[in-house]
Amino acid sequence: MDCIVCQSEIIMQITWANLFQLSLPRPICDECAAGLKLLGGKQCKKCSRPSIEKICSDCLWWEQQEEMNTIEFNHSIFSYNEKMKAIVATWKYRGDYVLGEIFRDYVSKAFRERFSFLGKESLAVPIPLSGERILERGFNQALQLCEFLPIEHAGILSRIHGEKQSKKTRHERITSENPFFIKQPINKAVVLVDDIYTTGTTLRHAAQLLKQHGCPTVYAFTLIRG
Amino acid sequence: MANKITIKQDEYHLHFAGKLLLRREIPLDDTAFKQLLATKQFTPLKPIKEKNFHLHCERCGNEKSSLFGKFPCTQCESTHVYCRKCIEMGRVSECEKLYLWTGEKPIWPRHESPCTWEGSLTAAQQKAADRIVSAIRINEKETLIWAVCGAGKTEMLFPGITEALICGKRVCLATPRADVVKELYPRLQQAFRAVTIQALYGGSLDKAGTAQLIVTTTHQLLRYQEAFDVIIIDEIDAFPFHADPSLPYAANRAKKSESTTVYLTATPRSKQRKRIQRKQLPHIFVPLRFHGKPLPVPKAKMCFSLKRDLQNLTIPKTIINWLKNRKNPGRQLLIFTPTIMLAEKLQKPFEILLLQTGLLHSAKQLQSVHAQDPDRGIKVQAFREKEIVALITTTILERGVTFPSVDVVILDAGHDVFDEAALVQIAGRAGRSPDDPTGEVILFHQGKTEAIHEAITSIKEMNKRGGF
Ligand SMILES: [Zn+2]
Ligand SMILES: [Zn+2]
Ligand SMILES: [Zn+2]
Ligand SMILES: [Zn+2]
Ligand SMILES: [Zn+2]
Repeated sequence: MDCIVCQSEIIMQITWANLFQLSLPRPICDECAAGLKLLGGKQCKKCSRPSIEKICSDCLWWEQQEEMNTIEFNHSIFSYNEKMKAIVATWKYRGDYVLGEIFRDYVSKAFRERFSFLGKESLAVPIPLSGERILERGFNQALQLCEFLPIEHAGILSRIHGEKQSKKTRHERITSENPFFIKQPINKAVVLVDDIYTTGTTLRHAAQLLKQHGCPTVYAFTLIRG
Repeated sequence: MANKITIKQDEYHLHFAGKLLLRREIPLDDTAFKQLLATKQFTPLKPIKEKNFHLHCERCGNEKSSLFGKFPCTQCESTHVYCRKCIEMGRVSECEKLYLWTGEKPIWPRHESPCTWEGSLTAAQQKAADRIVSAIRINEKETLIWAVCGAGKTEMLFPGITEALICGKRVCLATPRADVVKELYPRLQQAFRAVTIQALYGGSLDKAGTAQLIVTTTHQLLRYQEAFDVIIIDEIDAFPFHADPSLPYAANRAKKSESTTVYLTATPRSKQRKRIQRKQLPHIFVPLRFHGKPLPVPKAKMCFSLKRDLQNLTIPKTIINWLKNRKNPGRQLLIFTPTIMLAEKLQKPFEILLLQTGLLHSAKQLQSVHAQDPDRGIKVQAFREKEIVALITTTILERGVTFPSVDVVILDAGHDVFDEAALVQIAGRAGRSPDDPTGEVILFHQGKTEAIHEAITSIKEMNKRGGF
């Protein structure tokens, strides 16, 4: 099998550890895998950002924004290094759906480690794309990530308008009105799923709406801490 | 999304003729676009076909099953196959069509005397130039120009391009690397001042690709079909053209059925040599550099501790000795390494050594460069301007760059990346200027490879054919 990132052939090392287990071949080669940087070490426990403080200054600020203090915590797996940026560009912006497979094992493992306390009675909800973006790419990468999870998922959120976040200032983004609407009420804990946590505003808007419609607690699970 | 440019209705054919485009690459509103479809000026094509139980991408010719993917389409609520091979040019999938212009064909202007270049050709260059002119004049299908490194092949092309423009033909000059496109573009503009020329490469601003004379990376040819009367393909032996079958596929499709293809190479691969020998491919050999001196012949130097030394990041004694006894220490130094890692990691030891030997006056005069180095353009320029005295590089500088006076060293010349073509090209970096037409080329190895042997033999052979 060839690495789905660099197309070089993956040579499976047979060891005593994997000889008798029927492990599936990995989708990427060791070299590409080594280019991805897993988050670790000292992190903010609210947002996963590398930080010496237990709670980083951003999260302390969020805690004071009552209406927007809507998620318990965010858990991210990777940092946004150059290799990841290149992969995300092809996966998301070029629409190379297959590349999402890189993350299957990482996502399901991280979920089991961090969210197993939730039990089966929770629901994963992907952050929706705007109509324009979905037209371009044909798929929502957050929904693809949901499919790697051991719990059920449902697309109960939609996006009203889809201006580019990056064109706004931080203040504009935070004070802008909620870009989502909700299709049905919800009474279970929700894990919001997205590819990148950047400022956390998008996720908090989504969580705010969920809470206004009966959701008891909202967590965020993101592939990358930007 | 297509950028919002307005195209006048009577100029549609100038924009779209010869192109194979996705809807999002066609900057027209839906009404105008549907009108063109209804009147059959655009013909939709299925981009992914199944042929004899395998998939085939119409745009890039990919047929490797591992380079097709599937995605669940939200619009259609079904799963589509898409091509991963050419995804950098925008995804083609079963969800969309490729559109081929089948409307009016553009008529390209006949220029009276388009060439504004005032230089002159050497006798050897002139012979090749005449050959290209006659090939173009009689629509000869293909011809190969085998010109040694430093023969001055760009100038050799000017008479052929002139001939094509006089006849009202559309011309494309395609080369594997964007750096080379950027270098050729201003030279062509200088040589053909009154002609519209566009340069295309990934990230170029001039994406329209509608000019009569186009200089482009071979990759951008994926967007063309039946477009050119003359297509000149530079460095057919080079990566990626040589290694990626989609590029010859695209080049072949980009030319009109009645057209001339000119191949350029300094180091033909065995595939072309066989065709030459069987007389299936007409060719002309340009054995002389423009300054009339022979190619420097590389010297292979055995170095017993080479691999171990390089692993320990120490510079082998043999190399130190050579460095201290160069024939002309005034020359700049190009040091080739087989890997990016070595290029980076050997910088420090070389810095220490060359400061000691007095070649460098400051550490800044030594740099290393490789394909993933964002500053590579700046460093190459600094080397050209002699601000950098010694440059450690991977094979990215094996071709397409000219420095007037350098000695060339290859570390671990027996490594796989240095095949015959690469070695000949690297050796061709030396002795480029009439003021210093020689230059040392030293291949340090720990066991002579077939490639080293072949490279030296073929350089001697070329010199012999040049009358030396
Ligand atoms: Zn890989
Ligand atoms: Zn935080
Ligand atoms: Zn086929
Ligand atoms: Zn393709
Ligand atoms: Zn579709």
